[in-house]
Amino acid sequence: MATKNAEAHAAVAKKYEWGFATDIEQDFAPKGLNEDTVRYISAKKNEPEWMLDWRLKAFRVWQTLEAPDWAKLNVPPIDYQDAYYYAEPKVKKTIASLDELDPEIRRTYEKLGIPIAEQEVLAGVEGARKVAVDAVFDSVSVATTFRAELKAAGVIFLSISEAIREYPELVKKWLGKVVPQRDNYFATLNSAVFSDGTFVYVPKGVRCPMELSTYFRINAENTGQFERTLIVADEGAYVSYLEGCTAPMRDENQLHAAVVELVAMDDAEIKYSTVQNWYPGDENGVGGIYNFVTKRALCQGRNSKVSWTQVETGSAITWKYPSCVLAGDGSVGEFYSVAVTNNRQQADTGTKMIHLGKNTKSTIVSKGISAGRSDNTYRGLVRVAASAENVRNFTQCDSLLLSDQCGAHTVPYIEVKNPSAQIEHEATTSKISEDQLFYAMSRGLDAEAAVALIVNGFAREVLQQLPMEFAVEAQKLLGISLEGSVG
Amino acid sequence: MLKIENLHAEIDGKEILKGLSLEVNAGEIHAIMGPNGAGKSTLGYVLGGRPGYEVTAGSITFNGEDLLEKEPHERAAAGVFLGFQYPVEIPGVSNVQFLRESLNAQRTSRGEKPLSGAEFLKLARAQADALGLQQDMLKRPVNVGFSGGEKKRNEMVQMGIIDPAFAILDETDSGLDIDALRIVGDGINRIMRKPTKAVLLITHYQRLLDYVQPDRVHVLADGRITRSGGPELAHELERQGYAEVAA
Repeated sequence: MATKNAEAHAAVAKKYEWGFATDIEQDFAPKGLNEDTVRYISAKKNEPEWMLDWRLKAFRVWQTLEAPDWAKLNVPPIDYQDAYYYAEPKVKKTIASLDELDPEIRRTYEKLGIPIAEQEVLAGVEGARKVAVDAVFDSVSVATTFRAELKAAGVIFLSISEAIREYPELVKKWLGKVVPQRDNYFATLNSAVFSDGTFVYVPKGVRCPMELSTYFRINAENTGQFERTLIVADEGAYVSYLEGCTAPMRDENQLHAAVVELVAMDDAEIKYSTVQNWYPGDENGVGGIYNFVTKRALCQGRNSKVSWTQVETGSAITWKYPSCVLAGDGSVGEFYSVAVTNNRQQADTGTKMIHLGKNTKSTIVSKGISAGRSDNTYRGLVRVAASAENVRNFTQCDSLLLSDQCGAHTVPYIEVKNPSAQIEHEATTSKISEDQLFYAMSRGLDAEAAVALIVNGFAREVLQQLPMEFAVEAQKLLGISLEGSVG
Repeated sequence: MLKIENLHAEIDGKEILKGLSLEVNAGEIHAIMGPNGAGKSTLGYVLGGRPGYEVTAGSITFNGEDLLEKEPHERAAAGVFLGFQYPVEIPGVSNVQFLRESLNAQRTSRGEKPLSGAEFLKLARAQADALGLQQDMLKRPVNVGFSGGEKKRNEMVQMGIIDPAFAILDETDSGLDIDALRIVGDGINRIMRKPTKAVLLITHYQRLLDYVQPDRVHVLADGRITRSGGPELAHELERQGYAEVAA
């Protein structure tokens, strides 16, 4: 099946170069979704009783919920019984060192350009720093690098499955506290069937000595990926975390429903960057990932800070609103986003900044780029509670259109219950200018390079928020995502 | 080097160039002068390959090759440079990035090795210095927030970096004060006055020609070359006006 698809999409393959499938033996949970599926996953993970109970509770809630339909998305009905909820590469259960990793999986990550050996720097990036990587392959974390070095600094960085077993108190304390089990349809589903993901704890006063990153790879057919990430930065701690994701090209749609929870205590700072590059489907909208993700940060402590940066180029459908609950006085939330849609892609993405504490500040910079026949919506909420004095928010939403048949929409919600708040909202929509294109081409760039250059300029404010290791990749990705969009 | 024969071109169905012929040899600088609306800028855009400018008859060859067959970026790689009357702003893209990518795209398509960051920066700095442009201008977004004069000087920096065989300079003198005019004129001479190169200066006024001595001067009126002569023709135009001379 995978091979057939690969041939059918030979032309697209050039554009989505991460579209290969890895041929590897896997264990699947029985198809379909019921309490047994939940028990199967929990048993596979050797989870303690409390975790299974937590999952089952979520599953029972999920059965009473309906999928949300308020987004500007045309979502075909999803048959939740016609999918696998767990796929595990048949590999040695525990590996003593990275050398024992299945060579097929290792090659997969090598092809993706992801270093899962503990190399000092990424090749070809000047001035790059060390990056610790957690590699998640379908439902399982297959490798986590630099553990020893991180442990020496007191930083816990491991898969969430391991964390549940090894640090149950920490996980119990925070899991579901930022995104409650019954938060929304997809978060509830995730709470029941989440398979793997990353756990990070940075203790008091520790500045994490390297970038942490997780690379998610969906490989198996007909399989959903439900990862769960939990990052806790204790008082005065700092951590920068990156995530990347890719999938093979397949004709069917696959569901990705992740939950990410961040907690920042007093004076702590978390920088969370995403380059989302799930398979977007072909030019007719066949195939591609349905990406329904709940990401939220709790700025619990005084003067804490969380910064979300996302570059969204993939997925057939994106439904995602990384948010900040600014509870601690003086806390700061930031959201920097570039969302690119081409062909038949649909994206409804934005953020929520919930100001509860005094003197809290938020910044939202959203750059939407639409091409082909795609639809691209920014949806954002700024809420100021009655108790929140002296809140400041600045929001800037810019849309760039590359075709006559695409859509760009901006839907801001502003709810202010305290009169001392200062809220600014700026929005622009423009079409890519023929003057700019001709100017760039007359200097020697072909049409696609010219578009990539102009789009990168448009998105610059966001791209420069990315750690350097990712910025280079993201810039190239923007150009590749828009290939064929200007004729 | 450049041979234009009986060129007819239109925009939105309106004929602007009506049988223009012109030949420019290597080592020569030609000036095209003429009243507003005569088709001077159209000629520049047609040579550059701007979409929307449709050639309905005639031919343009550059070093024996059909220029009209080529896309704008292929013309650039072949050695044609178009200096814009109104240089375009590209927000978020630094001059350095823009020019390095452009130059390396040209070099790659000619089978030459791309310049490294350090090599390029050295070249860019030297050109900026020669045109009296502050070094920090190289880091700023392309033409964003530049004054009219700075934009024109930036065009010349670009020309110096790209080092084309043939340059069409569309009213590069407009918006320049007298000092900038001299700097730009010196730049054109320094970069382009070579036996292997040629220039087509499109200008409204004679004053740039005090600094860049043309070998030939042509009067463009109503889509055609109506008169050609030596440098003295420019002075005649300045004294008597286009209406008199072009008629």
